Amino acid sequence: MNLEDYRGIWVYIEVKDGNVAPVSLELLGAGRMLADKRGTELGGVLIGSGVKPLATTLFAYGADVVYVYDDPIFEHYRTEPYMRALLDCCHKHKPEVLLYGATPTGKDLASAIATDLPTGLTADTTILDIEEDTGLLLASRPAFGGNIMATILCKKYRPQMATVRPKVMKALSPDPARTGRIIEEQIELHEEQMRTKVLEVVRETVKKARIDEADIVVAGGKGMGSKEGFQLIHELADVLGAAVGASRDVVEAGWIDHHHQVGQTGVTVTPKIYFAIGISGAIQHIVGMQNSELIIAINKDPNAPIFQACHYGIVGDALEIVPLLIKRLKEELPKLNASADAKEEIRHA
Amino acid sequence: MLHIVACIKQVPDTKVAKINPKTNTIDRASAPAILNPYDAHAVEEAVRLKKRYGGVVSVLTMGPPPAVKAIRKCIELGADEGYMISDRAFAGADTLATSYALAKALEQIAKQRPIDLIICGKMTIDGDTGQVGPGIARRLDIPPLTGVNKVVEINKEKGYAIVHRKLEDGYEVVKSTLPCLFTVEKEINDISFAPLPNMIKAARYHPTIWTADDLENVDRKQLGLKGSPTIVSKIWTPPKPKGGELLEGTTEEKVEQLLSIVLEKKELFQS
Ligand SMILES: Cc1cc2nc3c(=O)[nH]c(=O)nc-3n(C[C@H](O)[C@H](O)[C@H](O)COP(=O)(O)OP(=O)(O)OC[C@H]3O[C@@H](n4cnc5c(N)ncnc54)[C@H](O)[C@@H]3O)c2cc1C
Ligand SMILES: Cc1cc2nc3c(=O)[nH]c(=O)nc-3n(C[C@H](O)[C@H](O)[C@H](O)COP(=O)(O)OP(=O)(O)OC[C@H]3O[C@@H](n4cnc5c(N)ncnc54)[C@H](O)[C@@H]3O)c2cc1C
Repeated sequence: MNLEDYRGIWVYIEVKDGNVAPVSLELLGAGRMLADKRGTELGGVLIGSGVKPLATTLFAYGADVVYVYDDPIFEHYRTEPYMRALLDCCHKHKPEVLLYGATPTGKDLASAIATDLPTGLTADTTILDIEEDTGLLLASRPAFGGNIMATILCKKYRPQMATVRPKVMKALSPDPARTGRIIEEQIELHEEQMRTKVLEVVRETVKKARIDEADIVVAGGKGMGSKEGFQLIHELADVLGAAVGASRDVVEAGWIDHHHQVGQTGVTVTPKIYFAIGISGAIQHIVGMQNSELIIAINKDPNAPIFQACHYGIVGDALEIVPLLIKRLKEELPKLNASADAKEEIRHA
Repeated sequence: MLHIVACIKQVPDTKVAKINPKTNTIDRASAPAILNPYDAHAVEEAVRLKKRYGGVVSVLTMGPPPAVKAIRKCIELGADEGYMISDRAFAGADTLATSYALAKALEQIAKQRPIDLIICGKMTIDGDTGQVGPGIARRLDIPPLTGVNKVVEINKEKGYAIVHRKLEDGYEVVKSTLPCLFTVEKEINDISFAPLPNMIKAARYHPTIWTADDLENVDRKQLGLKGSPTIVSKIWTPPKPKGGELLEGTTEEKVEQLLSIVLEKKELFQS
């Protein structure tokens, strides 16, 4: 393998419900930085059915070139056809770096591609950098349950591949004036030859707070004492219009279901305000919320590690503090809206 | 009669493991070795399918000699046969080299008894990549079905499986030809209690152990450290965040301070 033959930083673009998945936009932001450092192009590989129009979005978010595989066979994600397309693209255009979101789809596809090419694949990366001169990708990831970080290199194989955790990289602010090249690709695939078939897609419509999209997250831990005590977390969240988060121990205790778990094996969140109440602040929890804009911790143990990771902390009993906070918020929040309404009226007058 | 093989790994219990601050590696003495929790669910599911459709459950692990313990645990859970590949030549394998060695062992097992289904855990709690299962499927050129949280049907005569695959906001129902490979989520089942006869059998059980030489047609260049494109170049402990401001005073005073901090972000509350 001649490493010099491989050029360009690529992002595999994941499509969800007809749109570009947020993680792919984040990766374009990270990829832009890598491409600029290397003085090379940023490419996106877009596979799906009816996806070609999405290319403009990718240019706005930093891509220079978009490779498109647009065919009805790609309607649902399936490893086999997607892998065939992406392999075809890699063989033709030889990228030096290829990044994927560490989502169920991204991980599935990346693992198959790595085996086939073959090349190295770093999992669940949270920090990315590249050596300007050698082009060596420095991909760092949490290991051993988040207790340590490891930097993983792939020196002798190309492309260098990594899956990257959603929400840890930053998307650029879109520039609608940016344009780029679209390269339309074709690959011969026949439905009869596909070994898997998606029979049905079931969206779970149960009102599941999308904690990864919420502006405010109120998260509770084992310190709430019981499932009943944890109700206070729901109440506080209701008052604030917030989503409910939880530590893993709370999920394991069955106080709330897994969708609410924040952390390494749960969801990564980046709200404007994050409340960590009765949560000790284990590293596996911290990695899931540390990029929140404002972190407020309530814990009765002054030495709880959560106080190292917060902006403001209260040492005290949550079962006492939270009801008081709820009461005061119920008094104060309506005033806030009233004064906003008043201002609005003045403006309109 | 189905032949299901579950791939399992012995891992240090990262919940209690301590990190040696000097070497930044896991202090093995502090960490009891356990069966990877996700793999327990893989074995449990294999045993349940055996009960439903009839068949044989084998387990396969790659690891150092003490990993026999993890196999015994699987026998307790109801597995029938255990295979282990163990050799210095496998050491230092990344996921690419791991899936290669395991695929070779699976080919060998299949020669004795053709395999209909391979079940892996979603991921391990130490390496934590989730890449080995899909890697094995690719090497054996069978469909990978990742994130399975329910098995609807296995039909050996007609040669298909129907499962639910977990999505970020729901699930999909997928039909695949057999043989295929599942990686399973924890919620797929609850681990059953091991019945006494299984425990007795397990205590005395000796798995088949193969070295690299015992595997046919193995390309040694693809094994272990040599066959691993990824290199762990540096390990470090993430820097400790510096910590926030603690609010002082009586409970009421603290709540008032907190209130004003929260209300400063008034744009969040004005509808
Ligand atoms: C591989 C791996 C992955 C993991 N992934 C995750 C993950 O994604 N997310 C996650 O959260 N964890 C994860 N964990 C678990 C993590 O290590 C911790 O065990 C967990 O976060 C602890 O939950 P907790 O803080 O709710 O409970 P505890 O550690 O029991 O802490 C309870 C806290 O509440 C305080 N408290 C008690 N009573 C009160 C009171 N009345 N008022 C105020 N404070 C009180 C206590 O001082 C204590 O600090 C993972 C672990 C491993 C090994
Ligand atoms: C700090 C650190 C970071 C690492 N990061 C990477 C990385 O980014 N990329 C990379 O390629 N490698 C990495 N590795 C190497 C990786 O941990 C090993 O290759 C490991 O043997 C397999 O990966 P895993 O534990 O992540 O398995 P996973 O892919 O998470 O395991 C999934 C399933 O595969 C099966 N399985 C896995 N291992 C075995 C086994 N030995 N025997 C039988 N079945 C098994 C089990 O069913 C398991 O549930 C890293 C190692 C360390 C120490």
